[in-house]
Amino acid sequence: MITQALVLSAILFVIGTAGVLIRRNAIIMFLCIELQLNAVNLAFVAFSRLHGIEGQLFVFFVMTVAAAEAAVGLAIIISIFRHYETVNVDNFKLLRW
Amino acid sequence: MVDILFYVFGFVAVGGALGVVLAKSPVGSLLFMVTTLASMAGTFVLLEAHFLAAIQIIVYAGAIMVLFLFVIMLLNLGHDYERDLKGGVFSIISFATVGAMAGVLQRQFRGAAIPDAITAGGASIDAALAEFGAVGAIAEPLYTTYVVAFEITGILLLVAIVGALVLAKRSPA
Repeated sequence: MITQALVLSAILFVIGTAGVLIRRNAIIMFLCIELQLNAVNLAFVAFSRLHGIEGQLFVFFVMTVAAAEAAVGLAIIISIFRHYETVNVDNFKLLRW
Repeated sequence: MVDILFYVFGFVAVGGALGVVLAKSPVGSLLFMVTTLASMAGTFVLLEAHFLAAIQIIVYAGAIMVLFLFVIMLLNLGHDYERDLKGGVFSIISFATVGAMAGVLQRQFRGAAIPDAITAGGASIDAALAEFGAVGAIAEPLYTTYVVAFEITGILLLVAIVGALVLAKRSPA
């Protein structure tokens, strides 16, 4: 079952990467980043069956950092939305070449 | 039985993940994400990570996803799906990138020999679960070996709270 879990985690990570690359809505890109973090969490849990409980501890820390990142990122999205009236990332081109 | 359950959870998780990427409305995306998170909690249970399964449901599906839902509804995002997808050369590049990643992962797994039997690590987890229970097995190393990292995580959360307040606060001008 460890192999299947790792394959599932790889599939979810690739889907999350595809989402970040092809969507332009900033909130959905954020959701896809959360999906990638979750795929990595699944790999950590699977490897903790091989190497001990430290993998599960790492998942705990990853979840905490994801919560902090979601709070700050959504605050940034809200303040950008106040300025541009959109969350489409193509409109945020002040620093783009 | 456990294998069948794992495959069910896995298919639901992959289907939900595809729904997140392909759903037209942001709220639909978010509900697909909740489906994925719940079935991943199921796989955590099957991998003997009971405490993580519980906080996956409570913290991720319960708190973080509701935070996303608040923001989507606060900003009143429309259903502008057509302008939401990247087009032209960029989509070709992104699909090539994703295909390359999938190919690399597939090569990794083909050569790997991963034991499926209970190994030393799995046995130590089972012993800790039997001795301390699901929460205690995580808490015991968290408050002894990794207590510094734990405290730093608390500081990180404090900084995140202050940062979110400062960023989202409407300026008085």
